[in-house]
Amino acid sequence: MNWFSKFLTSTVGRKVVMSLTGLFLISFLLVHCSINALMFLNDGGLFFNEAAHFMATNILIRTIEIFLFLFLIIHILQSVAITRQNMKARTISYSGTSSTATSKWYSRSMGILGSLILVFLVIHLKDFFISSRFTDHLGLDNNGTPDMYSEVKEAFQNPAYAMIYIFSMIVLAYHLLHGFQSAFRSLGIYHKKYTPVIEFLGIAFSIIVPAVFAAMPIYFLLKK
Amino acid sequence: MRLTLKVWRQKNKSDKGGFETYQLNNVDTHASFLEMMDVLNEQLIEENKIPVAFDHDCREGICGACSMVINGRPHGPLKGTTTCQLHMRHFNDGETVTIEPFRANAFPVLKDLVVDRTSFERIQQAGGYVSIGTGSAPEANNIPINKNDSDKAFDAAACIGCGACVAACKNGSAMLFVGAKVSQYALLPQGHPERNERVLNMVAVMDEEGFGGCTNTGACEAECPKEISVANIMRLNREYISAKLSVEKE
Repeated sequence: MNWFSKFLTSTVGRKVVMSLTGLFLISFLLVHCSINALMFLNDGGLFFNEAAHFMATNILIRTIEIFLFLFLIIHILQSVAITRQNMKARTISYSGTSSTATSKWYSRSMGILGSLILVFLVIHLKDFFISSRFTDHLGLDNNGTPDMYSEVKEAFQNPAYAMIYIFSMIVLAYHLLHGFQSAFRSLGIYHKKYTPVIEFLGIAFSIIVPAVFAAMPIYFLLKK
Repeated sequence: MRLTLKVWRQKNKSDKGGFETYQLNNVDTHASFLEMMDVLNEQLIEENKIPVAFDHDCREGICGACSMVINGRPHGPLKGTTTCQLHMRHFNDGETVTIEPFRANAFPVLKDLVVDRTSFERIQQAGGYVSIGTGSAPEANNIPINKNDSDKAFDAAACIGCGACVAACKNGSAMLFVGAKVSQYALLPQGHPERNERVLNMVAVMDEEGFGGCTNTGACEAECPKEISVANIMRLNREYISAKLSVEKE
């Protein structure tokens, strides 16, 4: 397996790892976002609670969840390794006017954007994931399902908390705007026919998914 | 035109170096950037000062010897142009122009604006060639090559190995250069027998030399004087992944 470890530590291989784990996280975002969108149904959160309960208890989902955390950790560790390697490759920067004209700011700031998302994730997991999964303070809704909806509603009716969420979703949008199409490039996928489609999907995904997430705190704030 | 030049001066590899400011009062707008540097050096010699060292050779935009980062941009502000083909009419009277060497740890500064780019040569030596005796030019139609592929190979082969991609990249990555060199052979049948070993060896040396990794910002393509496409980096990734998976023994 020497060849494989060499692959994983080469500059090309490291990016392949970033790309594959990133694409998995993107697929997770799609599922998460779709389920959260159920909150906008006007049923007092009954359907959302059912879906959330299913996701929290289904054995297949729980297994995938282990991989989700594993891939998230690999994505973070690999990004630290890449950033360190890249910073070592150029220790002196230019003093002339910077070359902002030649690349997008968010493509150069993936590490910072990613770190902000990590801070957000810590807050997010502490408040929603850990509190719902490992404590039993959730009430029951009219159907007798754990009432995640009320938990979310209560949290987002705090304007400061809602602002943190909305800001984090803007950060996520920029991270995705570069990451989505960059993931395909790192895998060597680049084609006159398909690349424009991937780029379009990337832009659409980076706007729609964070927008749906950000719509939740706005929705509950307005409902207050 | 009058120019104020802020030029990086460094005695040798171990010197810390710093900026010196010079005044040029009579710059011809028709002069190339290197000719303007010649005028500066003549002025310095007359003042009994040491002239600024910089790399140059053909001064026709094809050899890849000239370098320099002008106002923060490798080969200056003009698209698809080497420093030697950049003319002073693209600057404004009274402007301050900052001139620095290419910055990357794999390109150590030797003196003033001259950097050591032999790391590129070591990458080339690792596989940037076809190791068969080609003899004289063969019959043109013996090996049919798709026009689209031959055009792409030719575009990749236009890389002059100047290192502007490395200088432009925030990661000091050499992937546009290596991508172009790998692509020009990967696209042609003559390069196929050695394609796997080529890409594995060239990437290995690229990493050993301390170049960073590509994060797809696209700055290299924007600064490349030969406008080499980032599609070559994607091809490098593709070639590398497929070589890793298919080669039995490395």
